[in-house]
Amino acid sequence: MPDPNAPPLLQVSDLAIEFASPERTIRAVDGISFSLASGSTLAVVGESGSGKSVTALSLARLLPSPPARVRSGKIVFDGTDLLTLPEAALRHYRGGRIAYVFQEPSTSLNPVFSVAFQLSEAMALHRRDLTDRRAAGVAALSEVGIRDPERCWKSYPHELSGGMQQRVMIAMALVCRPQLLVADEPTTALDVTIQAQILNLLREIRSRFGMAILLITHNFGLVKGFADHVVVMFRGKIVEQGPTDSLLASPRHPYTQALIACVPRLGESKKRLTTIDYDKLDALLSPA
Amino acid sequence: MNPVLTKRSGLWQQVIARPQGALALGLLGFLYLCALFAPLLAPYGPGDQDLQKPYHPPTGFTWTQDGLAVRLYENADPTQALYRPIPGKTATIHWFPAGHPYRLFGLLPCRRHLFGVEPPQKIYLLGSDSTGRDVFSRLLYGAQVSLSIGLIGISISLGVGLIAGGLAGYFGGWFDSLVMRTTELLMAIPGLYLLLALRGAFASQFGSGEVYLLIVVILSFLGWSGAARVIRGLTLSLRAQTFVEAAIVTGLSPWRILWRHLLPNLASYLLVAAALSIPGYILGEAALSFLGIGIQEPSASWGLMLAQAQEMKVFMCNFWWLLSPGAAVFVTVAAFNLLGDTLRDVIDPHFRTSDR
Repeated sequence: MPDPNAPPLLQVSDLAIEFASPERTIRAVDGISFSLASGSTLAVVGESGSGKSVTALSLARLLPSPPARVRSGKIVFDGTDLLTLPEAALRHYRGGRIAYVFQEPSTSLNPVFSVAFQLSEAMALHRRDLTDRRAAGVAALSEVGIRDPERCWKSYPHELSGGMQQRVMIAMALVCRPQLLVADEPTTALDVTIQAQILNLLREIRSRFGMAILLITHNFGLVKGFADHVVVMFRGKIVEQGPTDSLLASPRHPYTQALIACVPRLGESKKRLTTIDYDKLDALLSPA
Repeated sequence: MNPVLTKRSGLWQQVIARPQGALALGLLGFLYLCALFAPLLAPYGPGDQDLQKPYHPPTGFTWTQDGLAVRLYENADPTQALYRPIPGKTATIHWFPAGHPYRLFGLLPCRRHLFGVEPPQKIYLLGSDSTGRDVFSRLLYGAQVSLSIGLIGISISLGVGLIAGGLAGYFGGWFDSLVMRTTELLMAIPGLYLLLALRGAFASQFGSGEVYLLIVVILSFLGWSGAARVIRGLTLSLRAQTFVEAAIVTGLSPWRILWRHLLPNLASYLLVAAALSIPGYILGEAALSFLGIGIQEPSASWGLMLAQAQEMKVFMCNFWWLLSPGAAVFVTVAAFNLLGDTLRDVIDPHFRTSDR
């Protein structure tokens, strides 16, 4: 376990992000704060449009601006405020210290280049120390559980299955030995058995390389047994956060309770799946 | 996207494997080789006149004891250019005779030509024009202008279109608006008027080399807007793909992303677009020269040669051989279109026009 007194690797405070259009301005993220210690895992859970992906993308300033605009707040990573960093300096962080794994592996890899090219490119940028990129790349591919890494190294993205592509993306992230891995719904596009494998893989590499993971998901089912802490987002705000076990055992916020109730369980004989009744929720949330 | 381009060597093999692709490549290869070796293949220079033999018909061949020979003709009625073969009089064809000096590829000094006859007799494979110049020789020299103008023109206009459209699509914002409004402005003006106006804006006392460059620049100036618009659209759609985001989070600079990640994805479009737009440049040059504001005498180009074929005398006396540049333009344009269609079939099976 990491030292509890050490300063957190990532400290987000009072972050607010707006999307401006001529008609109106939408506040996608509204004053959120959370922190993440090195070597630990934080899951950000919420429904579509709750601002979780915007939060994830804002960490490396990936949001297109305009229309996105950071209204207020700080994102301090390892003692540096990423929001005030010039673009050129930020590039050193992207990939090198903060790596991303996206939802859709099939479009995350450039279709016209081989795995070898794309992995080498990442290494050329952030791992100048590696002299034998091929060996390092093949090693990374085998670390992410690809059975025939030599062949995969020479493959083009369309020759790989979705699970393999996602493993290649993780290998690309891993090969630069980042301190933080942001996984934005890494399993959503994959089928259930592959989901479990990818999560196991992420768990394994976290303990092996000691990197922190920020997992963005809408699925409470993934959180249990994977994340140390959970942040629940709803309409751009954090409604509840805390250690995973206690939060799952006794959710306090009505939205968290509703969200947890929505996760179907095997063996449960229900005619209809539970959904969130937003009218009821709004009535509960509005100060009477 | 298209997995075909990931195996680059396979692309041309697949094109050749199709009959229409092999035909198109074969024709184009032949035409460009002819243009490249024009001074060697042509028995005469493009400006060599023989005022005694205007509108000479294509010469007939015959066998003599010395080998292959051409018939000799006499001008029965100089006002009508009515040539009759002189019975029994021939001139033997010599292979690789010494003729007027030239430089092959502009470098190697050389005097030899592929074939010829003993001066002052002449061999006219495709007849002669109003001043007795060999149409076949002029066709070959004209091919150098007409065929190269397409390649150079498309390189410039696709290059400009790629830079303008690519940057507009990638960065968006005010630059995007500027580029798009400019292309709209250019496209709103009827092409031929703009062409004439641009040509008229420059003085006409240029040398032939300068005129050639001027035509290329004018044609490219008109041509880049269409390419820029399509490339901008493609870049916009590629920009939204996650792999661009993945490249950004890897820490790549915008230039490297544009150059190394987006450009290769555009390659298939560029290749097809190039093959399908080259005919436009060839026809554009022909149109300009036909109107008398393109390549100037005594240089040769296919359009200029066709312009000479519109004289009344040519119509009245049915000098059909003066229309041979038209056939050359037709074959070239058809071959490029065939190549473009085949390339598109190979690269993008969704738009397949044939069964194979």
